[in-house]
Amino acid sequence: MGSITLKQVTKSFDDNHVIRPLDLEIEEGEFVVFVGPSGCGKSTLLRIIAGLEDVTSGEISIDGADATHMPPGKRGLAMVFQSYALYPHMTVRNNIAFPLKRAKLEKNIIEQKVNQISNVLNLTDYLDRLPGQLSGGQRQRVAIGRAIVREPSAFLFDEPLSNLDASLRVNMRLEISQLHKDLKTTMIYVTHDQVEAMTMADKIVVLNAGKIEQIGSPLDLYDNPINKFVAGFIGSPKMNFITMTMDTNPEVDSIGVRPEHFNISDTEGTWKGTVGVAECLGSETYLYVQIPDIGQLTIRTDGNCPFKYGDTIFLSVDSENVYYFAKNGTCIPLD
Amino acid sequence: MSNNKSNKSKMLYTFFAWLISLAIFFPILWTILTSFKTETEAIASPPSLFLFDWTLENYNKVMQQSPYFKHFWNSVVISVGSSLLGLLIAIPAAWSMAFIPTKRTKNLLMWMLSTKMLPPVGVLIPIYLLFRDLGILDTLGGIVVIMTLINLPIMTWMLYTYFKEIPGEILEAARMDGASVGQEILYVLAPIALPGIASTLLLNVILAWNEAFWTLILTTVNAAPLTAFIASYSSPEGLFYAKLSAASTLAIAPILILGWFSQKQLVRGLSFGAVK
Repeated sequence: MGSITLKQVTKSFDDNHVIRPLDLEIEEGEFVVFVGPSGCGKSTLLRIIAGLEDVTSGEISIDGADATHMPPGKRGLAMVFQSYALYPHMTVRNNIAFPLKRAKLEKNIIEQKVNQISNVLNLTDYLDRLPGQLSGGQRQRVAIGRAIVREPSAFLFDEPLSNLDASLRVNMRLEISQLHKDLKTTMIYVTHDQVEAMTMADKIVVLNAGKIEQIGSPLDLYDNPINKFVAGFIGSPKMNFITMTMDTNPEVDSIGVRPEHFNISDTEGTWKGTVGVAECLGSETYLYVQIPDIGQLTIRTDGNCPFKYGDTIFLSVDSENVYYFAKNGTCIPLD
Repeated sequence: MSNNKSNKSKMLYTFFAWLISLAIFFPILWTILTSFKTETEAIASPPSLFLFDWTLENYNKVMQQSPYFKHFWNSVVISVGSSLLGLLIAIPAAWSMAFIPTKRTKNLLMWMLSTKMLPPVGVLIPIYLLFRDLGILDTLGGIVVIMTLINLPIMTWMLYTYFKEIPGEILEAARMDGASVGQEILYVLAPIALPGIASTLLLNVILAWNEAFWTLILTTVNAAPLTAFIASYSSPEGLFYAKLSAASTLAIAPILILGWFSQKQLVRGLSFGAVK
């Protein structure tokens, strides 16, 4: 249970086409992440799947059944919102029990399930508290608990970690990944944080301006981006693009090199530049190097990098690490 | 030095606050005082503020002459009934405008409010004829309906303002959890918006209690509330100020007491959303 198919789905608000005709197949048990810049339509797409937004045209089927016009509560999906969207006037216990009460389950079964979930999520001590008395992480857990308790065929997450601080975000990221391994339920996760996308996803869907740019596994997108947009979007820091002024191949408009693929030397190389800001993170260093006629390139190197502000360095790159892009942005395969 | 100055300005503000409050309250105080005077003292010039022979005679007479409790009961039915009926309509209306707004929601709200700008006398004849033809003149049912309609725009506006402050995601979560629209409003929206709903109810009870135009025109005996009870003391034989004041005091006392006890709720409700 938990396969979702979108066929030629579109969504427009008046003349604003938020989702362009789009096909997507989500397999049972997959962890799918929608990524893209803000305003690309990723949240709208999730809300369409949830049933919180109507489609303008197209079809949605869940587990083979047509769900295009099905109300949200009947789709068998559970959603975790960015703001957690807990019911502020209900205790944790009642928040988790709410979907079960709506499903008219018996009282003792509801109690049993609530206790079981609160055990799993370490919420037992907080069952009688109101959401306002909980920390951000605990609220997030309650929201997840409320989603899990229904045993949905798929979970929908709408940027669930963006309100948490950095360390808590890492913990929750691991918890959600672990949850997916345990439950083996389909999960659709919307984020603009590509670390979340790369670390959690089985399959990443890269969206841009309401259309899918590329679908693939995290490493597939990293290694074989289909175009300049995906190449620039996946990977952090982002890929460096260098516009070609003269090249033997007239098809090539620009080349792309990932920050981690540069070879640095203080004596020789393809490009000569001056180190601007050097950000030492301990485990690695980001160098922002100014190259005459090209502009600034971002380089990722070891933690104990000897270069500092104002140093002159030489950069080169191995040919297998260079991506070639045509004028229209598509990636040209290596010969 | 500055402390002294701030103390002085504080005293000045307090003084003006008291002055304004007194000016607002003075007519009510005057009415209450007059109700304890004799008819002669009531029209004496110069009038005496406190130094007169206090008497309960007016109250005795008023209670003997007209059925106060019947009017009181009618007032309760009309104000509470119309406010509850109004809530029943205004809550779903405000819900739809706050959470599923369309391009014309703002216009619709303005249009609703604009009906309050119309002088009631402008629709007096059609409404009177409608009431006559429907046979609901001087019935509690009829007056409850007209009161509901009169206050509906304000109720919807007030509730709309409260609902706008509630994050839509909470209601969407309820929808995802399998709640129907009714359950969503009943179990999630209403409890969260309870302070707002309570002050809307309270304000409308007060407005309906004090409404005199329609109640005086559409009722005579059976459905006449306290406003008609007061008006009956302004008779062709002349104005009996002391009795009129006693009747007025009896009429405003219940709502004054209600207002006193719920003032915190009212102020909170009316200033809700003013400061985010």
